[in-house]
Amino acid sequence: MSGFDLDRAWDLHPQVSVRPEPFGALLYHFGTRKLSFLKDRRLLEVLRSLGDAPTARAACAEAGVPASELDAFGAALGALVRSSMIVERTP
Amino acid sequence: MTVTAPRATAPGTRLVDLFEYGLDSPICLTWELTYACNLSCDHCLSSSGRRDPRELSTAEAKAVIDELEAMQVFYVNIGGGEPTVRPDFWELLDYATAHHVGVKFSTNGVKITPEAARRLAANDYVDVQISLDGATAEVNDALRGRGSYATALRAMANLRDAGMKNFKLSVVCTRHNIPQMDAFKALADEYGAQLRLTRLRPSGRGADVWDELHPTSGQQRELYDWLVAHGDRVLTGDSFFHLSAYGKSLPGLNLCGAGRVVCLIDPIGDVYACPFAIHEEFLAGNVRDSGGFAGVWRESELFRRLREPQHGGACTSCGFYDSCKGGCMAAKFFTGLPLDGPDPECVQGHGEALLAKRPADRAGIPKPSADHSHRTAPARRGPVPVQLLTRRPGPERPPVSECAEDPLAGLRVP
Repeated sequence: MSGFDLDRAWDLHPQVSVRPEPFGALLYHFGTRKLSFLKDRRLLEVLRSLGDAPTARAACAEAGVPASELDAFGAALGALVRSSMIVERTP
Repeated sequence: MTVTAPRATAPGTRLVDLFEYGLDSPICLTWELTYACNLSCDHCLSSSGRRDPRELSTAEAKAVIDELEAMQVFYVNIGGGEPTVRPDFWELLDYATAHHVGVKFSTNGVKITPEAARRLAANDYVDVQISLDGATAEVNDALRGRGSYATALRAMANLRDAGMKNFKLSVVCTRHNIPQMDAFKALADEYGAQLRLTRLRPSGRGADVWDELHPTSGQQRELYDWLVAHGDRVLTGDSFFHLSAYGKSLPGLNLCGAGRVVCLIDPIGDVYACPFAIHEEFLAGNVRDSGGFAGVWRESELFRRLREPQHGGACTSCGFYDSCKGGCMAAKFFTGLPLDGPDPECVQGHGEALLAKRPADRAGIPKPSADHSHRTAPARRGPVPVQLLTRRPGPERPPVSECAEDPLAGLRVP
């Protein structure tokens, strides 16, 4: 498992730029200069509401992610944490 | 570039397959700000030296940056020529980063004074690439000119002393420096820089020296093994994807991004499919056209063609086509090989046979469209082919046969 905690508050790293694309989105981190790629529009929605939602779980619910897919979304968010695209936030 | 793709859904389409059809905006693009350069490197991809009087003005360059911001282009790779010799270089750099367009720029280091280095270190949205093509002055200066090694090292020292972290030491791999890879890595480490290796292309003046400078097939294997061993700690600008046919893919996008995810804006605003393809054949338009850069990127007939699925041609039957995708378009074009055939440096050896068939005088092989070389540059070795001057026809310049003898040929009467 990714070890990503869905019940904490997260946010996009301030140096990350998000560009929506027909297939999902591109993310670019100006600090690490790494490019990342989201293949699911709903993951983009999750990222957009992450900063205002009390928890990542709430952001997923807001984006209409069904409970059966929460593990997969948690894993994807965990990967984004490892590449510093999203960071933990004090709620 | 380093690319990761966290998955929320089952694996299916690969990133490279989506990119093959192009994007609404480039991820990054190369922008050569000027053809002016203090050096005359033998292998210069843009045949730089003298400034082109038609260069974009400061206002025009800012208008391009405004467009890039609107298109959400993450960053531009600024080069030249030597971009820092433009008097408005720092102004444009600040303008771009203030408008959310990151800047990576390539320089030979000539203007990277301690003061400039401090300024660069203070801007999070700027990255610097110092060009160096030999880990020793002997190897470097033979290609880039006397004193250029010392200039580059002084710039690196200034950047390090200013606290600039992870700037790039950028190396074009040649027959002479392949044995120096470990030395380059040590040099980068010593200055707190990251090593970036790119492929020598037969573009610009590089066409004249490619035969004698491109790595031998043994060296290609050596380089591949070295790159695999160093993984993503060494950057490559994804330029060695033709080596992926040795087996394991190298990190990055293994795809020719020309016109799909990257392109080139040259100093006079011409938009080409790729920085290594400055030739009319790959000219998509000009940023001064009515639709601006976005119009060229989105409407160009050439780019539309490049975004269609490409045919492997002679490579289709090769089992490695899926890893190397036929290699580099510019490398094929400027060595006179068919674009739907193997790369001249195909690791399976399919390019070598075709290269051997080129005529000794290289007749019929395309030459770069423009030459901005210093007129005082040292004479090149070897035969110099006679070139016919051709100009791009346009409303102001109707096409004229090279053989037209009429003294008024080409004159446009108002």
